[in-house]
Amino acid sequence: MRFRHSHLLGIEPLAPDEIRAVLDLADDYVALNRSATKHAEVLSGLTQINMFFEASTRTQASFELAGKRLGADVMNMGMQASSLKKGETLIDTALTLNAMHPDLLVVRHPQSGAVNLLAEKVTCSVLNAGDGRHEHPTQALLDALTIRRAKGRLHRLTVAICGDIAHSRVARSNILLLGKMENRVRLIGPPTLMPAGIGEFGVEVYDDMAAGLADADVVMMLRLQKERMDGAFIPSEREYYHRFGLDAEKLAHAKPDAIVMHPGPMNRGVEIDGTLADDINRSVIKDQVEMGVAVRMAAMHLLAENRRAAAA
Amino acid sequence: MTILIRDVRLIDPEAGTEARGNLLVRDGLIAAVGPGVALPEGAAVIEGGGKCLAPGIVDLGVKVGEPGERHKESFRSAGLAAAAGGITTMVTRPDTADPIDSPEQLEFVARRGAEASPVRIAPMATLTRRREGREMVEIGFLKDAGAVAFTDGDRVVQSTKVFSRCMTYARSLGALVIAHPQDPGLSEGAAATSGKFASLRGLPSVSPMAERMALDRDLALVEMTGARYHADQITTARALPRLERAKAKGLDVTAGVSIHHLTLNALDVGDYRTFFKLKPPLRDEDDRLAVVEAVAGGLIDVICSMHTPQDEESKRLPFEEAASGAVGLETLLPAAMRLYHAGQLSLPQLFRAMSTNPARRLGLPGGRLAAGAPADLVLFDPDAPLVLDRFTLRSKSKNTPFDGARLQGRVLRTWVGGTEVYARG
Repeated sequence: MRFRHSHLLGIEPLAPDEIRAVLDLADDYVALNRSATKHAEVLSGLTQINMFFEASTRTQASFELAGKRLGADVMNMGMQASSLKKGETLIDTALTLNAMHPDLLVVRHPQSGAVNLLAEKVTCSVLNAGDGRHEHPTQALLDALTIRRAKGRLHRLTVAICGDIAHSRVARSNILLLGKMENRVRLIGPPTLMPAGIGEFGVEVYDDMAAGLADADVVMMLRLQKERMDGAFIPSEREYYHRFGLDAEKLAHAKPDAIVMHPGPMNRGVEIDGTLADDINRSVIKDQVEMGVAVRMAAMHLLAENRRAAAA
Repeated sequence: MTILIRDVRLIDPEAGTEARGNLLVRDGLIAAVGPGVALPEGAAVIEGGGKCLAPGIVDLGVKVGEPGERHKESFRSAGLAAAAGGITTMVTRPDTADPIDSPEQLEFVARRGAEASPVRIAPMATLTRRREGREMVEIGFLKDAGAVAFTDGDRVVQSTKVFSRCMTYARSLGALVIAHPQDPGLSEGAAATSGKFASLRGLPSVSPMAERMALDRDLALVEMTGARYHADQITTARALPRLERAKAKGLDVTAGVSIHHLTLNALDVGDYRTFFKLKPPLRDEDDRLAVVEAVAGGLIDVICSMHTPQDEESKRLPFEEAASGAVGLETLLPAAMRLYHAGQLSLPQLFRAMSTNPARRLGLPGGRLAAGAPADLVLFDPDAPLVLDRFTLRSKSKNTPFDGARLQGRVLRTWVGGTEVYARG
């Protein structure tokens, strides 16, 4: 199975086989990352630029490490501080960088669609590291890999995604990916944090944790994005925790072997109980971080291969 | 000067008919029209070749970049684009960078229009100073200076007290108030209509209900004050019963819709294409069809281009940040022909909404194909195919959603007051 794309902008354009191709390769990289050498030369000679227009520690570090382990020359650009403040447009910034002949551009931007816009204007491969509330494809892929390794399969599972769905690009990418792989997806959260038209996504919507978590195989908690809460979406943090925060009592509604996931960074005591998050029998949150590096290595590997094939 | 336009399909929106015949122009007016109109001695003859002749379009709500944003559109460029699009009167919007809110500003517009534009200019003024929704403009002076209507454009007068006073005062002068019915709170920050598509794209969106909510408020104020009122764009099915009820009650209410909302829907935004970012945002297909039907039935009175020029810089941005609006002067007629070819609206129905109704509502003499009316005319071929290239547009701004679109319908000639202002080369 080939991965046919020159960019990774979202899960939406990917076929199930392509998702499997990324995950299969990522499995190899998990092994590599656990070995003593931790190094391959797949991206040797290639230049990777990480452009983050929005603050990020883990995603940026994960992409940087992924690139370096594959031998790429990696450059990080903190775009919040730089040219945008001087009034340069996104497209001009992109064209400037493009003139430096990068091969892989990893972009995070606070606005939906901004990464797609950028991809139209540059000649290198673009990886979306999160755009507004649109998509965060590598997060969905790393979640998929984590689930597949923990559950032994990535189909016919019941996955509950809980929390601030409306503002979450992680939720959108996961809904798309899990749907494509034929899982049952449930969304749980207060109706003020559900996007409009969500009923048409082929998901089940709940505003009650007990009902929504019943017999779930996977429980995916989302960060309550405080910085996005510019309106009154919820009455208070404590009421939110009471109704939607994941603790052992609520988790008891799920299957006994259900795993708990969180894309991080966590707000302990807001959307998830701290003890539960650390429970190695239930929580796979640390595995998600590990899978993140492997999945990003796989994605960049496949994109670089396509570039080489196109150039040849 | 006498001209006979011979052998054309006469599109008469008042009578609702189309018939083969001739049209005689004398001294800038239509002198005679019909199948038996003969060639007077000394008259020039234009062979129509069986193409369509209709009253020139009166485009209600054209934004010109003067004063303040001449690089986006000047009276010259807009006028040339209008002439090429079969528009013989541009009813200009006052929501310029420097709003048209004083008689002096309005005189500037009228003067610049007269010297630079080949087609007629009917200027509108703002309803409140600086469009701030606090103090009303000098409606009396502005009306005397030629303002045909009063509107704050897409800014909603939020204070019902201010709006009711403006309406009451306007009513005493018989002035027409035009409003943009969108609940400002609900629609704040929205870049799309809420629904599956907007959610998939992760765009901030507004419920279509925001239109009905604002229309409800406005209609209550109209009922209270007796003002003459026009809703600039009605684009949702839910708003239609309210409009129907207001009209049935005898309120002096009319409504318009842009050609874009009649021919495009929310899905056309596709992969964040900012040329499709409009105000209000494009709607679902069900809404589009309901609104087309409302035009056919006469519930919606006016079709306009809502011509809004934007430069490349303001559109080449992430969707949320990009400016709203599309140019439409040259594409209004070919886009309208989509509705004709789809069998949804007849040519007389289309020209009733594009020419007759806006002229009548604003008290302008055009929009009719009858003896005594000004010879503001458009000769066009409704079947001629074209693939639109936005860089061929005469507007200074090229932000059309129809770039690359296959359209049918070409303007062949345009006359304003009997003078030819456009002829296809």
